[in-house]
Amino acid sequence: MGAAPRTVKLMYFAWVRERVGTASEEVVLPAGVTTVADLKAWLAARGTGYEAAFVKPGVIRAAIDRRHVQETASIEGAGEIAFFPPVTGG
Amino acid sequence: MAVRVGPDDFDIGAEVKALTAGRTDIGAVVTFTGTVRGEGSGRPITAMELEHYPGMTEAELVRVEREACERWPLLASLVVHRVGPLRPGDNIVLVIAASAHRQAAFEAAEFMMDYLKTKAPFWKKEAVAGEAARWVDARDEDDAAAERWNRKASGPSR
Repeated sequence: MGAAPRTVKLMYFAWVRERVGTASEEVVLPAGVTTVADLKAWLAARGTGYEAAFVKPGVIRAAIDRRHVQETASIEGAGEIAFFPPVTGG
Repeated sequence: MAVRVGPDDFDIGAEVKALTAGRTDIGAVVTFTGTVRGEGSGRPITAMELEHYPGMTEAELVRVEREACERWPLLASLVVHRVGPLRPGDNIVLVIAASAHRQAAFEAAEFMMDYLKTKAPFWKKEAVAGEAARWVDARDEDDAAAERWNRKASGPSR
């Protein structure tokens, strides 16, 4: 097979950004990470800041290419994936 | 139909005037303005910072406005939302809905605010006197307010 490495831009906002320690980054997705939930679990294991950010993964919302998505959404073909707390505008 | 996101303050009167200039089909204009409260959980708030997701914010506001236009016979609408540092008493958000008759304008304005509050990617951080600034928690009441529009058989007013 030898599929090409999948690179994706990740963005973090509000307290997720503060805990992770960066606003955005490019990552190469490992094989097997195919959904939003998979990506959260993989990120949570990347280090202390990520662990603190994703300790309660169900609380964190996600968007793919600037549209809200559910936990089960596929990240196949995504260019930009964002993670953030529930929104509090208005 | 327009949305605007940025640090600048807005003038409600000027916005209404611009939206309705030269229009004789509009018979009802409803405006909602959200402002920064000077108190949170019983403690004085000294400042607020509004973060957002540039690009997605505008896209979500356009989607909210478009959905309102599908549900009610709107003749004009505007959503303005500020970002960056704000102080108690400052304007945060302006929603204007204009229609031929009042019920559509009232309902559409309320719908746009309810949807905006649960969908548009903004986050508030409050500074309380003598404490570290903290992120405002989302409220269940806001989810419930947006959810009721899914159950409501909404449509043009009579």
